[in-house]
Amino acid sequence: MSSNTLTAAEASGPHKPAAGFEGDQRDNTVGGAVRGYLNKLRAGDLGALPAVLGIVVLGILFTALRPDTFLTPLNLANLLVQSTPIIVLAMGLVFVLLLGEIDLSAGVVSGVCSAVLAQLLVQAGVAWPIAVLGAIGAGAVIGVFTGSLVGIVGIPSFVVTLALFLGFQGVTLRLIGQGGTVPVREPVIRALANENLPVTLGWILAVLVVVAYAAFELWRWRSQRARGLAHQPLLLVVLRIAVIAVVVFGVTAILSVDRALAAAIDLAGIPYAVPLVVVLLLVLTFVLSRTSFGRHVYAVGGNAEAARRAGINVTRIRVLAFVISSSLAAISGILATSRLSSVTPDAGAGNTLLYAVGAAVIGGTSLFGGRGRARDAVLGGLVIAIIANGLGLLGVAAYLNFIITGGVLLLAASVDALARRRAATARR
Amino acid sequence: MSALEQTPPTSSTLERPTLSLRGVNKSFGAVQVLHDVHLDVYPGKVTALVGDNGAGKSTLIKSIAGIHPIDSGTVEFEGKPVQLNGPRDAARLGIEVVYQDLALADNLDVVQNMFLGRERKRGVVLDEASMEEAARDTLTKLSVRTLKSVRQLVSSLSGGQRQTVAIAKAVLWESKLVILDEPTAALGVAQTRQVLDLVRRLADTGHAVVFITHNMVDVFEVADRVAALYLGRVAADVPISEVDRTQVIELITSGRSGELGLASDALED
Repeated sequence: MSSNTLTAAEASGPHKPAAGFEGDQRDNTVGGAVRGYLNKLRAGDLGALPAVLGIVVLGILFTALRPDTFLTPLNLANLLVQSTPIIVLAMGLVFVLLLGEIDLSAGVVSGVCSAVLAQLLVQAGVAWPIAVLGAIGAGAVIGVFTGSLVGIVGIPSFVVTLALFLGFQGVTLRLIGQGGTVPVREPVIRALANENLPVTLGWILAVLVVVAYAAFELWRWRSQRARGLAHQPLLLVVLRIAVIAVVVFGVTAILSVDRALAAAIDLAGIPYAVPLVVVLLLVLTFVLSRTSFGRHVYAVGGNAEAARRAGINVTRIRVLAFVISSSLAAISGILATSRLSSVTPDAGAGNTLLYAVGAAVIGGTSLFGGRGRARDAVLGGLVIAIIANGLGLLGVAAYLNFIITGGVLLLAASVDALARRRAATARR
Repeated sequence: MSALEQTPPTSSTLERPTLSLRGVNKSFGAVQVLHDVHLDVYPGKVTALVGDNGAGKSTLIKSIAGIHPIDSGTVEFEGKPVQLNGPRDAARLGIEVVYQDLALADNLDVVQNMFLGRERKRGVVLDEASMEEAARDTLTKLSVRTLKSVRQLVSSLSGGQRQTVAIAKAVLWESKLVILDEPTAALGVAQTRQVLDLVRRLADTGHAVVFITHNMVDVFEVADRVAALYLGRVAADVPISEVDRTQVIELITSGRSGELGLASDALED
């Protein structure tokens, strides 16, 4: 170990390294962390960068093109609610993509589950919690089926889910009926996307989220430093907390403004769907990064043979990933139902799945497996929603809408493939 | 906690082999791959297992690892007869195998790979701090100085570093016997040096080490004993001081070298 790294280590913390691992100490300085990040970018791991850039650039673009309508509280609230079904569907897809598999049926599974929800509410007349559980349960059962065909029978996932993509459209059609639309007027379901948290409660939740995040990050930083473990510099931790605080408080502030077009109505507060997505984000992030199940998902996606030899039940992980994907597709279906207040026979078909895959990939999840996080779905979902929303405001022709969205997905997949190639060459 | 913390082997434990095979036979269908194999592996010693392609080296280590249970013969581990009917039996005894293809997940970091499948938890939450400390301790005790960070992704490591991580992973568990399958096969000169040093330190910390290689330089560099397999039989299992390079090569290629090796009648059938 050279003398200059020793001084850096001493300056950064009370713990002296036992031997080697200069990098663990060097990373503790801001310069080291920045260098580490640049190295990661150079090695092809772009992380959240494309999605954040996308949100900023598209935001500026649409604000410039539609200054009166795009950046208004009403449109931003709409945009957020529009993005929630995409985000939740993409969150489920992240699990499947992490394994290097694909679930082309996720969109239509969300359609089947919303049809189940509608049938339970309207035909059977059950209470909403039972209908919601029924829809999610239907998703889970479908996930077991898909996962077993992929994990146990061993059919490539794109074939299984392509077949199911067709098949489940038939199921939805059968449940809803040709040409029919089942209106869902259940107040709680409708409220998800159409009603808002009281403004005060919104602020209380926002403060709680930021304080809890800050407390957790600072506590982790302190305990890592005290035990002489690899940790980030304090400045970076504080910066991250600051960014989260600005985003959370900023969104809360915008959504707390009265955005009603008519003066007589009072329309303010965070739509209920938003905290639901935040809760899902926290839970799934916890599962992926802090539990052994999550660790095993990454391991199977990175090297299935290594995972098998390490004693991990690879089949179980595969099946569970599809169960999670389909269950989240059900929740996505419920959110979509709430937004439309109805279920149509083509629910979840069309470009629903493409939007969700695009969201996950734009957010930084690799199509080749092994790399991805729950937050990718949120960032990428926002990009997709901004594109859909902005193009809608511009009033572009439907054909252009398809071409542009397809182009964005292709662009994201290219970035992913190039990043992977870079990572492969960087190793040699 | 780690096997590295064991007391240094005393003279009495040096006498007793960690692993002792007697009259081991193994067939795949009509093909008998291992014939009456006798082999002793001692704690604190590196036993080089040499033999030509098809001599049965892989089958032998897979039998020891429990992947291919033996047909007949006895296996004694630390003086007690044992049955090795699956990888779990072997792992429970403290037998760890580092295969040639290493089996590391590129997208996980060094600590995550070392604990893969055996993560430490507090409740349902992974205990990252304790895993990182244990990984660092193990690497430090093996005097591994080539890793910049234990939180580095394995994809960013060189071939020698990956081998190091794979070996350290095997040592992390209470392993007593570590089997290395051609650990230097794909490495350059400097990296081979690192790995050979590591193999030596494994033995110096009390592990019994079986080291499979085709490279005679490596054998004489690091081994204490050499066991030569010829057509599924052990041609010789002797201290390295009793043989020279030419003899080892003769044992590998013809099963005999002067006084050493298989009797001529065994060679004929």
